[in-house]
Amino acid sequence: MPAGTLYRGREGMWSWVAHRVTGVLIFFFLFVHVLDTALVRVSPEAYDEVVATYKTPLVALLEYGLVAAILFHALNGLRVVAVDFWSKGARYQKQMLWTVMAVWFVLMVGALYPVLGHAVREVFGS
Amino acid sequence: MSADTTAAKTDDVTLYDVDNPAPVIEAPRKRTKKTPKATRGNFEMYGWLFMRLSGIVLVVLVLGHLLIQLVLDGGVSKIGFAFVAGRWASPWWQAWDLVMLWLAMLHGANGLRTIINDYAERDNTRFWLKMLLYTATVFTVLLGTLVIFTFDPNIR
Repeated sequence: MPAGTLYRGREGMWSWVAHRVTGVLIFFFLFVHVLDTALVRVSPEAYDEVVATYKTPLVALLEYGLVAAILFHALNGLRVVAVDFWSKGARYQKQMLWTVMAVWFVLMVGALYPVLGHAVREVFGS
Repeated sequence: MSADTTAAKTDDVTLYDVDNPAPVIEAPRKRTKKTPKATRGNFEMYGWLFMRLSGIVLVVLVLGHLLIQLVLDGGVSKIGFAFVAGRWASPWWQAWDLVMLWLAMLHGANGLRTIINDYAERDNTRFWLKMLLYTATVFTVLLGTLVIFTFDPNIR
């Protein structure tokens, strides 16, 4: 660790870094998402055409990444609330982070088929 | 300090008396006529509180949204103009999307404001990045609100 830095490393710092990175990614997607949805005011064809790109295998993979970012940001956000408002929150912040990661992993496995299933069928047939 | 007090006394006679009072030294934090009435306010505290409260609501709204759009009824494949028309026929889902739009945009904008304040060190850079952020945020919130309220299923 360089001298004089405020960064402490370990679970606390890295969850904070990941929270920022996922937050920015989600926010930028939100701009795009409001714009693509606004196409329903142009014409049904314009909207359906853009939504068709969301159904391609490559974008499905990006959607899986988006789900990963949102789930981490949501679960870790609840952990941040617990650290700030629960009297024992700070003491259990590491255990809570590993709980967040475990729940995140389970949900990500659960999202595999619903989010990527159609893309896999498209790429590999049947 | 102790040197001063001893200097104030000479031969057990106090230097100051009724006719010759010691100068008054005000407490450092004392409010005077020159102190501005309005201090800095609690904006940052309310911002901090808003992030936590909106965050909790957004967990429900956004995860529900993802479940409906990406998981149930064939996932993303079912989404199209007809699907949107079906959902926005209900005031419940209109309200859901409206609240989600406003909370998510304000939550994200405040988050990015914090990040700009943290990493943009030059005053000018910080100012213009935040102006860009606020412009994009106001535009997107208004556009999204307009779309939800003026949606017309019979546009064609």
